[in-house]
Amino acid sequence: MEFQLSFLTSGDVPSLLLSGLVTTVRLFCGAWILGFVVALTLVGLRTIPFAPLTMLVTVFVAYHRNVPTVVQIMVWYFGMPSVLPEPVRLWVNRSDTEFLFALVALGLNVSAYMSEDIRSGLRAIPHTQLEAARSIGLSAFAALRYVTLPQAIRIGLPPLINRTLILFKDTSLAMAIGVAELTYQVKAIENLTFRSFEVFTASTLLYLAASLSLMGIGAWFAKHYPPPYRS
Amino acid sequence: MIEFVAVEKWYGDYHALQAVSGRVELGEVVVVCGPSGSGKSTLIRTINRLEPIQGGTIRIQGHDIHAPGRDINELRAGIGFVFQQFNLFPHLSTRENVMLSPMKVAGMSRKDAAELADALLTKVGLAHKIDAMPSNLSGGQQQRVAIARALAQRPPLILFDEPTSALDPEMVGEVLAVMKQLAGEGMTMMVVTHEMGFAREVADRIWFMDAGQILEDAVPEAFFTAPRHPRAQKFLADILQPRSGAPVA
Amino acid sequence: MLDILHRYWTLLLVGSWPNGPLGGFAATLILAGAGILISFPLAIGLGMARVSPLSLFRWPATVWVYTFRGIPLIMIIFWAYFVVPAMTGFKVPPFGTALCAIVVYESAFLAEIVRAGLNGLPPGQIEAARSIGLSYGQAMRHVILPQALVNMIPSLVNQFVSTIKATSIVYIIGVEEVTFAAMQVNSVEMTRALPTFLVLAGYYFVACASLTYAAHRIEMYIARRRVQPAGQKPIVADAVEVAG
Repeated sequence: MEFQLSFLTSGDVPSLLLSGLVTTVRLFCGAWILGFVVALTLVGLRTIPFAPLTMLVTVFVAYHRNVPTVVQIMVWYFGMPSVLPEPVRLWVNRSDTEFLFALVALGLNVSAYMSEDIRSGLRAIPHTQLEAARSIGLSAFAALRYVTLPQAIRIGLPPLINRTLILFKDTSLAMAIGVAELTYQVKAIENLTFRSFEVFTASTLLYLAASLSLMGIGAWFAKHYPPPYRS
Repeated sequence: MIEFVAVEKWYGDYHALQAVSGRVELGEVVVVCGPSGSGKSTLIRTINRLEPIQGGTIRIQGHDIHAPGRDINELRAGIGFVFQQFNLFPHLSTRENVMLSPMKVAGMSRKDAAELADALLTKVGLAHKIDAMPSNLSGGQQQRVAIARALAQRPPLILFDEPTSALDPEMVGEVLAVMKQLAGEGMTMMVVTHEMGFAREVADRIWFMDAGQILEDAVPEAFFTAPRHPRAQKFLADILQPRSGAPVA
Repeated sequence: MLDILHRYWTLLLVGSWPNGPLGGFAATLILAGAGILISFPLAIGLGMARVSPLSLFRWPATVWVYTFRGIPLIMIIFWAYFVVPAMTGFKVPPFGTALCAIVVYESAFLAEIVRAGLNGLPPGQIEAARSIGLSYGQAMRHVILPQALVNMIPSLVNQFVSTIKATSIVYIIGVEEVTFAAMQVNSVEMTRALPTFLVLAGYYFVACASLTYAAHRIEMYIARRRVQPAGQKPIVADAVEVAG
């Protein structure tokens, strides 16, 4: 097994790897944003004292936490088109179908975990904070928005960062439905050239660079935005 | 028995022990007292090398405890140590806690170790709790088990690091009684404590420490009636007549 | 959906057994279980190395853990597919390759669970153990590990759940576990994709949800039993983040 660095710069290899990386990053960012927005929504929905709604949220979270991510992607890609209304289906088919479904699946998956992480952050805040917020006249929603949620996110930061890291790695699962992200391109290059070692090493290093950066950002956040209460 | 020669210790930039020197003779009971942060716990933890030192020498029975080639486990097996937080092993029964060192370090058979454990537990008044788990014992009972555990090593010397500070007041007496009994039997003991009554009754000498130094080394009568060092005087005044909340001068 | 379940539940559960190798969800559980069992001794070593005062042990263990936590499982599987035959000299079946990949992947996560378990004990325990003359090895064996391992159980069960979910990707290299079986069903029942994959999700859901609940119950039991003396908090294994 000899390693030829020049291989990585020859032919289509660099452009394939780069496009793979770009797709990975786009998928990651899109899913993260969707996930975070949905997570906040879920947390907000839970404060509404309407039993069927709470039940719905619980089921949503339980499904996304107990079913493997790749299976969730498959349910969306293979299964959902049959239930989507016609105009939506047409629009999806015209756009980048695989990418869209992967993004939705990953986003909803990560939203379930993030909502739980934020919830445990909320539970860690003393009840007196909420009492103080209400007693200065804030509504339940406003109290959540201005007082408890910002603190909850700080406390929930370590698990949130960890989940972000997992999301980045999970983008590789999208290759199962043909999304041309980094891992897909690695396999494609290997199929074309039969040279595995160099391209595996390159992609491994790229993933490692991303994870270590995310861990570093996490450490920076933990240092500058520490939880307000020492447990 | 124990000799400190110009012992120095730093925690980073903090000078925890400053040129500390002193001797504890065989059979003596030395009580170390002083305000928080004075270095008293640090000092006794250097004796069984739970804390390293950066300068000076510590000798036990004439031998330098930091001599290269000195087996640290052998050293520790020869010193009994009783912690403020008891530190019993919660997954082992009371008897097993006491048996562990004789079996694994001294190589005693299980039968002999069990006999020894039972005898020692009876000695500290816990014959009825021999099979109990530590979580079912009160604080005072746990600390007495910890003393039995230390005695199981048959050490020539026992160190006590604030043995009653974590106890509810009503249990302090039972532990001090055991310690008093050991002192009466001639055990060499070094005790860090705030229990001045015990110090007065049982100690052969009292070391007063503040800010990393031994400021006074005297017999109890002399220490309690006429302390020489001004900080010792203040310490005694504070401890024996607690102020009501008036600002400290 | 119910008729898909009715028609294919054995295929999804055990694959083509007894007319072929054991597959389906049984294979999933065996792959996940064997992966964790084989990986655990390695992880104990790595976990102890991670907390070791000697950098000779600490640095390599840290690099190993950061590396295998930082790349997707599918990459590790590709590496295994490439490296294992080259190292052992003969062609390894997909199950074997997947097992090797999972063992390596799990070792990193289990090592962190071990590390949290070791760090979760009060420092007084190791001090007391050393003070009675036990060597580091004896202290680990008789005092620290017995307690740490019990405290780790809930985290280990949760990690088993994560591993079950992680195995879902190995169908890509041809391992005949439950996702592979579902893909087979889907290729036959072409218009029934949604029910097929929901049934697949159902298999995982039942297993993972029950195990997670069991882990929670175990955690409560341990916390109740281990109320510490002298005002110390009950020991519950630190919430270590597991994969997926």
